[in-house]
Amino acid sequence: MQKKLLTALVSTVALATVTGALAQSVRLTDNVVRVGVPTDLSGVYSELSGQGSVRAAQLAAQDFMAANPSFRNKVQVVGVDHQNKADVASNKAAEMIDRQNVDMLVDLPTSSAALAASEVAKRKKIPVMVVTGGTTALTNESCSKYTFHYAYDNYMLANGTGTAVTKRGGNSWYIIYPNYAFGQDLNRQMTAAIRENKGRVVTNSDATPFPNTDFSSYLLKAQSLKPKVFGTMQAGADLVNVVKQYNEFGLRQQGIGLGIGLLFETDVAALGQDAFAGALATVPWYWNLDQRARTWAAKFERSFGKKPTWAQAGVYSATMTYLNAVARARSDGGDAVVKALEGHRFSDFYARSAYIRPQDHRVILDVYTVQVKPRSQAREAGDIFTKIATIPAARAFQPLSESKCKF
Amino acid sequence: MNTQLLLIQVFNGLVNGAFYALLSLGLAVIFGMLRIVNFMHGALYMLGAFTAFALGQAFGLGFWPSLILAPLIVAGIGMVLERGLLSRLYGLEPSYNLLLTFGLTLLTQDLVKQVMLSQYAVSSAPYTPPPVLSGVVNLGFVVFPKYRLFVIGLSLLICLITWFVIEKTRVGAIIRASTENPGVTRAFGIDVGKWVTGVFGVGVGLAGLAGVLAAPIYSVEPYMGAELIITTFAVVVIGGMGSILGSVITGFAVGVLAAIGAALYPPIANTLVFILMTLVLLVRPSGLFGLPEGAR
Repeated sequence: MQKKLLTALVSTVALATVTGALAQSVRLTDNVVRVGVPTDLSGVYSELSGQGSVRAAQLAAQDFMAANPSFRNKVQVVGVDHQNKADVASNKAAEMIDRQNVDMLVDLPTSSAALAASEVAKRKKIPVMVVTGGTTALTNESCSKYTFHYAYDNYMLANGTGTAVTKRGGNSWYIIYPNYAFGQDLNRQMTAAIRENKGRVVTNSDATPFPNTDFSSYLLKAQSLKPKVFGTMQAGADLVNVVKQYNEFGLRQQGIGLGIGLLFETDVAALGQDAFAGALATVPWYWNLDQRARTWAAKFERSFGKKPTWAQAGVYSATMTYLNAVARARSDGGDAVVKALEGHRFSDFYARSAYIRPQDHRVILDVYTVQVKPRSQAREAGDIFTKIATIPAARAFQPLSESKCKF
Repeated sequence: MNTQLLLIQVFNGLVNGAFYALLSLGLAVIFGMLRIVNFMHGALYMLGAFTAFALGQAFGLGFWPSLILAPLIVAGIGMVLERGLLSRLYGLEPSYNLLLTFGLTLLTQDLVKQVMLSQYAVSSAPYTPPPVLSGVVNLGFVVFPKYRLFVIGLSLLICLITWFVIEKTRVGAIIRASTENPGVTRAFGIDVGKWVTGVFGVGVGLAGLAGVLAAPIYSVEPYMGAELIITTFAVVVIGGMGSILGSVITGFAVGVLAAIGAALYPPIANTLVFILMTLVLLVRPSGLFGLPEGAR
């Protein structure tokens, strides 16, 4: 009996020592890595990010724990609705960090919300990986030591799409954009890219209210201006309404092409791909890009019931990149992880030839200019893009020399 | 902006004006007779659009049958709600009805959202206009979608019919009398209460009709009425609470105003109507077409 007790005691002590050793080797605040996903769970961007983003982060956590047994049961994911509002995003971010001990934030659709959350994270010294928010301010005037910009940004969209459309003959544009941080920034970038390629913008771009449902005034204006391209910088549900009404007013038949700033797979699904057919867009990834992308997409679909958008896939990749950095740093402390992320080179199913620039925290990766194919050419459900060009990471994003970022 | 572009925008504004007119007409009829500020009107508009979509999904019904059926269904739902819930609050302060209809709005929106997500796995859905109305027509000064022309025409017709019924028929006379002074009307041996439910049904039926008409233009989604209803209330205030003619004319006028605003300076497009409302409230608190309370 005494012997048994002794064995139990010894094994308990041994176990404690092992756990202690582990705790020593990997330093985690409150022994858990918590990933916060502030996203749009109810509004115009909920389908392209939303629950799918939360699920993507959860899958990344599961896969990471499976690959790193020392982290078993030590990664948690918390999703929260930031309602696309800067003030809500700011409050929720602070609440997640203070009360729920979240160690990083990922996703953040809506640029103004992303900027607000990034401000909070900077104060609290918590890394942020913005995936779905697009403003280039995140890696320029509003950059921060703790903010990383993943997947895409407005420079990349404008540089990819503006260049491709203008070079293919669409050299006169009339642009409308939603009147908030993202739209204003994208309009600036797009105009610059068009002019760079010797195209012109025929009149001042129009700032539309956000959100907005009726775009007929602007479509009629386009009808009388007769540009070669009607450029819409709207996103999500607003974009769907623009394109729906673009078709309704028969602008394509009048020789006015469609230029889209930011396109998600869900937008195309909402109207049917024929409404978008022929339009060019630039994306960091799509589910049937290649076999590697397909394999991951199939796994996501089994878990979520829908194919991933490139934003949701980006959340997985960003979360995994963060967790890998935690493993390398052996800590979830903000400064240690930031150090492990800076200058890191990697390649996964999503981010190809990726590199995290230490100077401005732009995560650069190969991106793709794609064209929406008509329904008749789709080979399977969800087959919507034809790849026109791959833009290598080094040329896809704003050059460091132009960055206004100072930490 | 040149004259032609201005003319085009005025014309275009009539489409949105048509929705404002149909909605504020319903609100005016309801407010006139029941003294209820029906905050649920936007949700019932959305319900009209959603019913048309759902009828198409479930029974393959196209636009035309839905254009008749969906407003009737919405009117039916409205009448049940009036009998079951609203009628219990008639003796109380108006704010009780406001809270009730606001609560019902939130319930309806979330219910439709759940149904759309669970049944059709979408949070917004497109709705196609009938083939005969798709495509554009060249009017000389503008190339315009046929369907939008139809919307302007049909809503003008409905407004005209409503005006005719209320101003020129015996039923209308009873409604007008009960609106002006329910007490005296009762004294003449007319059962005012008998007409209340029917009038409420017609009012919300008009909202349902506007919803079906809106479905092919906008995406059908749970919150499509939320923004519209705010503007519609402004229309009702500008036109004069309870004034039938006022609500119709103001509805179209506000649509035109917003379109011109959007063409001149887009950021102000959605604000213009509220600026106008403020001005009207300062100068003529009872609205452009309303009679001051004392004159009733």
